[in-house]
Amino acid sequence: MKIVVCVKLVKVLGDEVEFTTGGLDVDPDYLEVALNEWDACALEEALRIRERLGEAEVVVVTAGDKRSEEALRRCMAMGADRAIRVDSVVLDPLSTARALAAAVAPESADLVLCGVQSSDSVQGATGTALSEFLGLPRVAVVKKLDWTGSGPATVHRELEGGLVDVVEVDTPAVLTIQTGINQPRYATLRAIKLAEQQEIAVIAGRSVGEPAYRVRRMFSPPKGEGAQMLKGSPTEIAGQIAVIIKERLK
Amino acid sequence: MSVLVVAEHVRGQVRDITYELIAAGRDLSGPVAVAAIGSDPGALDLNRVGVDEVVHVRVGQDDFENDVYQQALEALIADRRPQVVLVGFTVNSIGYAPAVAAKLGLGFASDVFAVRHDGDTTVATRAFYGSKVHAELELPGERAAILMLRPTVWPAAETAAAAPRVSEVKVTIGASRARHKEFQDQPKADVDITSAEFLLAIGRGIGDKENIPLFERLSEKMAATLASSRPLVDAGWMPSSRQVGQSGKTVKPKVYLAMGISGAVQHLAGMKASGTIIAVNKDPEAALFNAAHYGAVADLFEVARELEKLY
Repeated sequence: MKIVVCVKLVKVLGDEVEFTTGGLDVDPDYLEVALNEWDACALEEALRIRERLGEAEVVVVTAGDKRSEEALRRCMAMGADRAIRVDSVVLDPLSTARALAAAVAPESADLVLCGVQSSDSVQGATGTALSEFLGLPRVAVVKKLDWTGSGPATVHRELEGGLVDVVEVDTPAVLTIQTGINQPRYATLRAIKLAEQQEIAVIAGRSVGEPAYRVRRMFSPPKGEGAQMLKGSPTEIAGQIAVIIKERLK
Repeated sequence: MSVLVVAEHVRGQVRDITYELIAAGRDLSGPVAVAAIGSDPGALDLNRVGVDEVVHVRVGQDDFENDVYQQALEALIADRRPQVVLVGFTVNSIGYAPAVAAKLGLGFASDVFAVRHDGDTTVATRAFYGSKVHAELELPGERAAILMLRPTVWPAAETAAAAPRVSEVKVTIGASRARHKEFQDQPKADVDITSAEFLLAIGRGIGDKENIPLFERLSEKMAATLASSRPLVDAGWMPSSRQVGQSGKTVKPKVYLAMGISGAVQHLAGMKASGTIIAVNKDPEAALFNAAHYGAVADLFEVARELEKLY
């Protein structure tokens, strides 16, 4: 039994932003990194399947530069058995999926899990595109997963407004996992230290072809259109809020 | 620039996003063709201003399955050769549209909230990095592009006086590898946040489950109904009946007081029509400040404590 989980080291922008000279991206100095929240849920789901079935190998895969190995190490600290990085430049979700497929296909996994989307790009596309490149069935936005380890799995898709669609999917399959399906475990400090020592396999990314889009320019959105900022101490702010509320509820 | 819109419907009802896509397609100075994929496509209400043609694609069953929609869209693209395909950035479309773009090598972008033409190039605008920056993306001109548009951005196209032309594209659909079994409605809730006049909504900024009672008490004192953003529901701190947003409830209270909510797109979609939106957040870059009428960059616990004294 083998479960592959695809993960991404996401970039997190703080309070300030500067753009690169060409204006096509944010200056990396202003970005911090983290394991994508949706991917942490996907990994947690894989680890729970492993625990339930008694045996399974959980392999984590990412596409990106050397730094993206931080995401893999965090996954190994959480309990993943093995990690692979596809050395590639990430352009768009379709090229990311193509890069991931090069590492995932040879694994012949029984199940492939991805997060629904990444917090920095929110395209909701990589997992679905990956299933196409792998020629596997898929279900996107999975909020509940029941699987005995062989044969079809029963999953819940969460539609807009909270309506649940119950779907039966043949395996092997690619499932994209929605947050809320579980609470990902924390990695202990000791496990994080140990993960620093573990080996990460690196495979060369193939040429990814034409990108799905090109960034023309990146910019700060027009700010606070119409939002009147309340100033002062917390006491003063609370006072102003109370006045506004009383006025509007009249 | 020829536009193909894929209609979205659930349990026989056309979803609003479909009419929004039609409006967006009309802005691109189409012709706009709308694909109706289902067991009885003629039953779907697609008679809207801006629709030049409705294309029926008759398939075995009405309920969405991603394999069915993927094969149908591939057949439609081969038959109609649209320059731009518009689908909603919705749970259903996430299940097939990226796969079609991947398979056919098309241009692709999702969660797009503005589209325009610049000569032969299609330019789509979307956000990155937690909605803190926007980017204009150029879609390749020589290939078709699939754009997944953000819901609730375009106003829905109005009902048309005359019915549009109807045609049919015939497809042979193979067996689905992921099969719809049933729908499950949400269980009846203890509270209906959609009927409240005043919502106090809390988000990730409250930090810890231990702090929930503080806001329960505050909401009681202020005579507000307590609501929540998705992360608190995901964490099991708040019941899903209180969740505002795309996968939760769409609300429109007179007053929406948001504390510690950064304003994810999915959250905004569920509350932006509120009468007066007041946002308190310690992050001055929180996206919710863009949608709010009033904002305060402050420690939400201090503001909460001071508010409590006033009620």
